[in-house]
Amino acid sequence: MSVLRPLDKLPSLNTATILLVGTEDALLQQLADSMLKEDCASELKVHLAKSLPLPSSVNRPRIDLIVFVVNLHSKYSLQNTEESLHHVDASFFLGKVCFLATGAGRESHCSIHRHTVVRLAHSYQSPLLYCDLEKQGRGSCQAQLKRCCLQEPQLPIPR
Amino acid sequence: MDSYDASESTPRQSTSSRPEDYFIGATFLQKRLESVRKQTSFIPTPPRRKIPHCSQLQEDVDPQKVAFLLHKQWTLYSLTPLYKFSYCNLKEYSRLLNAFIVAEKQKGLAVEVGEDLNIKVIFSTLLGIKGTQKDPEAFLVQGLTLSPRLECSGTILVYCNLLGSSDPSTLAFQVAGTTGACHYTRILSKSQLPSENREGKVLWTGWFCCIFGDSVLETVSEDFTCLPLFLANGAESNTAIIGTWFQKTFDCYFSPLAINAFNLSWMAAMWTACKMDHYVATTEFLWSVPCSPQSLDISYAIHPEDAKALWDSVHKTPGEVTQEEVDLFMDCLYSHFHRHFKIHLSATRLIRVSTSVASAHTDGKIKILCHKYLIGVLAYLTELAVFQIE
Repeated sequence: MSVLRPLDKLPSLNTATILLVGTEDALLQQLADSMLKEDCASELKVHLAKSLPLPSSVNRPRIDLIVFVVNLHSKYSLQNTEESLHHVDASFFLGKVCFLATGAGRESHCSIHRHTVVRLAHSYQSPLLYCDLEKQGRGSCQAQLKRCCLQEPQLPIPR
Repeated sequence: MDSYDASESTPRQSTSSRPEDYFIGATFLQKRLESVRKQTSFIPTPPRRKIPHCSQLQEDVDPQKVAFLLHKQWTLYSLTPLYKFSYCNLKEYSRLLNAFIVAEKQKGLAVEVGEDLNIKVIFSTLLGIKGTQKDPEAFLVQGLTLSPRLECSGTILVYCNLLGSSDPSTLAFQVAGTTGACHYTRILSKSQLPSENREGKVLWTGWFCCIFGDSVLETVSEDFTCLPLFLANGAESNTAIIGTWFQKTFDCYFSPLAINAFNLSWMAAMWTACKMDHYVATTEFLWSVPCSPQSLDISYAIHPEDAKALWDSVHKTPGEVTQEEVDLFMDCLYSHFHRHFKIHLSATRLIRVSTSVASAHTDGKIKILCHKYLIGVLAYLTELAVFQIE
């Protein structure tokens, strides 16, 4: 029950839900705010979580995209991500998971090597995006995420 | 008959084994091309590094000569290859650099107020500070104070040792050691002239070196001398002036070398792995926690023998250090700290590592404490400098 499954709920009409998982609240909040500011054809809901598994008491819609945010300045965020990955069902990795690495711009502050995250993304067969929320180019990152998520056709489960 | 068959079969073998041969001695570039052709994404293997050995250093370098390199705080810079630098012209370079410094001082651009910064530079080679025979020789630039100030305090005592005629008017002083004169005198001042440092004390030191710089040496042509690591100790203004002269004369470029937390943790592991007879300093780590209004610093000091015991329990491959071992070593320290203080050190930034071998700060400052592992420490720093240049 603690494992997130992609198809255990019915999809809501014309809505996409993104789950951002990461240790730093401020970072996630910033990312979510800038994503919601973008214009989108369908409605977008963003959920934030520090780690998985998610509490089962909350009633939430079906999650269409999980974004694991790894801060390259902090090893703790990588460890947290690795632990959370165990609580995601394998079928999620068929295009509904994405990794986002932040902080690559400030090389002197990095405590994780970039290749570690590259290897992680490669082993889970999921795309890896780089983002630097301190600089101006946030828009491109959100656009890429949107494209990842909304390209998935929201087909209802055939009954 | 047999030989004929053998000669027929070998060409076939060679053609079949050629694709494998192509990949066996694969360099980095070849591996990337191979992966592109196979259309797989390129995943680099985690690095393995050798634990610094002390044997090479003891053969080549006199410990007294490198003693002045130890126990001093050096600021690190990476340097692109020098164009048309020659080890024979060191005196010429000293002269030119002195003239340049005098000119700069006359321009009045030095902002530092107070101390009179008249220095005179001397170039010299540092023998033995190299990793392999192919590495170029390290050389040293020292800035010494100008003309020795004879601070003769008090009286000048004159010892007249007249063996022959007792004529005090003929006071010819001669250099001690000449024989054959009937009467000789010596004028001694109260404060003896220092015999070696006639020029005064050292105000600024900078040295250039290259340890195991094979990857850079292969790519540059004959005219260039590759000395990617530059260490400076002394006033910043002097470093700037001397750096400007080098940049103009040899068409090179200095850039400050910062050490990130990832490399600091590698250094901590490698230096803890070094075998030491006795430990002069505790193993200490300093983390900076970014929080408002002002950042918090966490200092974690470990007894060096405990650190070595922890490393020995983590270390599997003899003679080499792998990424997993470094991560495990640091994770042990983090989890121990977390158990006691409930603080996740892995979420903070490592800014300083200090062991009995050496200590390093993230701003690019290093202090080497042990002459046995000097080459090993410099080898890793050269690697970082080369990485920054490329």
